[in-house]
Amino acid sequence: MTAPLLEVAGVGKRFGKLTVLHDVSFSLAPGEAFGVVGPNGAGKSTLLNVVAGVLPADGGRVVLDGEDVTRTGAAARCRSGIGRSYQVPRPFGGMTVFENALVAASFGAGLRGRAAADAAYAALVTAGLDGQADTTAGTLRLLDRKRLELARALATNPRLVLLDEIAGGLTEAEVPALVETVRQLGREGVAVVWIEHVVHALVAVVTRLMCLTYGEVLAVGDPHEVLADPKVVEVYLGSTIAGDDPGLEESA
Amino acid sequence: MSWVNAVVQGILLGGLYALVAAGLSLVFGVMRIVNLAHGVLAVLAAFGAYVLGDTLGLHPFLALLVVVPVMAAVGYGLQRGLLNRALGGGELAPLLVTFGLAIVLQNALLEAFSADSRRLDVGDLGTASIRLGDGLAIGVFPLLAAVVGVLVIAAIGQFLARTATGRAMRATSDDRDAAALMGIDGRHLYAVATAIALATVAIAGVFLGARSTFDPSAGGTTLIFAFEAVVIGGLGSLWGTLLGGVVLGVAQALGAAVDPAYGVLAGHVVFLVVLATRPRGLLPSAVTA
Repeated sequence: MTAPLLEVAGVGKRFGKLTVLHDVSFSLAPGEAFGVVGPNGAGKSTLLNVVAGVLPADGGRVVLDGEDVTRTGAAARCRSGIGRSYQVPRPFGGMTVFENALVAASFGAGLRGRAAADAAYAALVTAGLDGQADTTAGTLRLLDRKRLELARALATNPRLVLLDEIAGGLTEAEVPALVETVRQLGREGVAVVWIEHVVHALVAVVTRLMCLTYGEVLAVGDPHEVLADPKVVEVYLGSTIAGDDPGLEESA
Repeated sequence: MSWVNAVVQGILLGGLYALVAAGLSLVFGVMRIVNLAHGVLAVLAAFGAYVLGDTLGLHPFLALLVVVPVMAAVGYGLQRGLLNRALGGGELAPLLVTFGLAIVLQNALLEAFSADSRRLDVGDLGTASIRLGDGLAIGVFPLLAAVVGVLVIAAIGQFLARTATGRAMRATSDDRDAAALMGIDGRHLYAVATAIALATVAIAGVFLGARSTFDPSAGGTTLIFAFEAVVIGGLGSLWGTLLGGVVLGVAQALGAAVDPAYGVLAGHVVFLVVLATRPRGLLPSAVTA
């Protein structure tokens, strides 16, 4: 097996007395797609924040491509190849859609001039936003804001993309296109950690799945086996685990 | 004719106020700091030009070649060494730190230069004027100050719109955390913004020092006029700052035309009226939180 691109070892995070993550470990090969499921409040977004460097870990290590980045800030981690999308989109509202992606290409990917512009535009095409390049980002509707999150993360030319519920709110017809986009990332050698409540979209892409609950890893492994695990069924899915139950798609 | 004259002189004065306020507006727009030391820093630059003129015989405009880069370097160091730390301490901390800095600088200037009034000598330029008609003449120096004010604001605007660093500043202004996830190092970027702000305040300080006398305590008035220009125009909006400077300048000139004692008062009254009726300023920044 090749050396892991990302290694999360025994990571913990507390907010005051509340333990949000406890001894979470997983690793990711280059180009691998890794899914994360779990009930609301399980610590999924916090985990992505710790991996991206938005929040410091209280314990454990985050290793990117052999380099310990546990103490590295978010900006430096982005430059070394981690792209992150927010669950609740945070566009640069006063700038155009294109400028949003251009900033990511200029600083995250370290590109200049024409190369930065080309990378920004390519990211908009991938995310399906190229038609709105000159729209002010603050006026986008929610769905396009989510697309912009993806475009900005991609424009940083990442080796690892952290996707936080980007399928929530998509129509059934739009999900296959998104699934194809994430698959394409894998073919280009970009590893993906994807948090998603739309389980059937996740299962269509990821090769491994992790279920988090109360900040701890409940199960990790083959997506179908994890979803069939009685413990997972009990704490997360309730009764049905068909994976395409529309009732599971109530994410915000 | 005297009213027309007052308006014209007021517009030119407004250009100078906008020049003073440009840096204050930029720093507030990018990092939401009101730099209370802004006025004293303008006075510091004026003293810098004064020393260069006194010792080397440099014309104030030539002195700018030295003062502007030095002030920019001071700005970069000030942000990295002091203000970035203060930013982590909540909204009040930068206000207190810059207030303290203003007091320290003012007293250091007082210690070094005494309370005597000085003036930068720009030679014939200081008195030259262009006659536009009966009873209406424009001073070349006030015109130059206003033109430089417009140019500085236009240049900052172009910098923010067209350069990668400028875009990063706008992004950081919109959402600092999200900008960090795009690989933007806020500490460096803030320092660049403050360096630009102090470079412009250096230009402003030299023009202020050549227009009228100054002493170490002149920073307070300078800060108030600049702050009023920024608030009248709309916090964080550069062209708003130019408009705010012009509104303030015209108000002061018209007030002074009624009675010389009413000039400054008229400016303050207009400021309060704008604050009461348009609290977001005349040209509020397009970004809404």
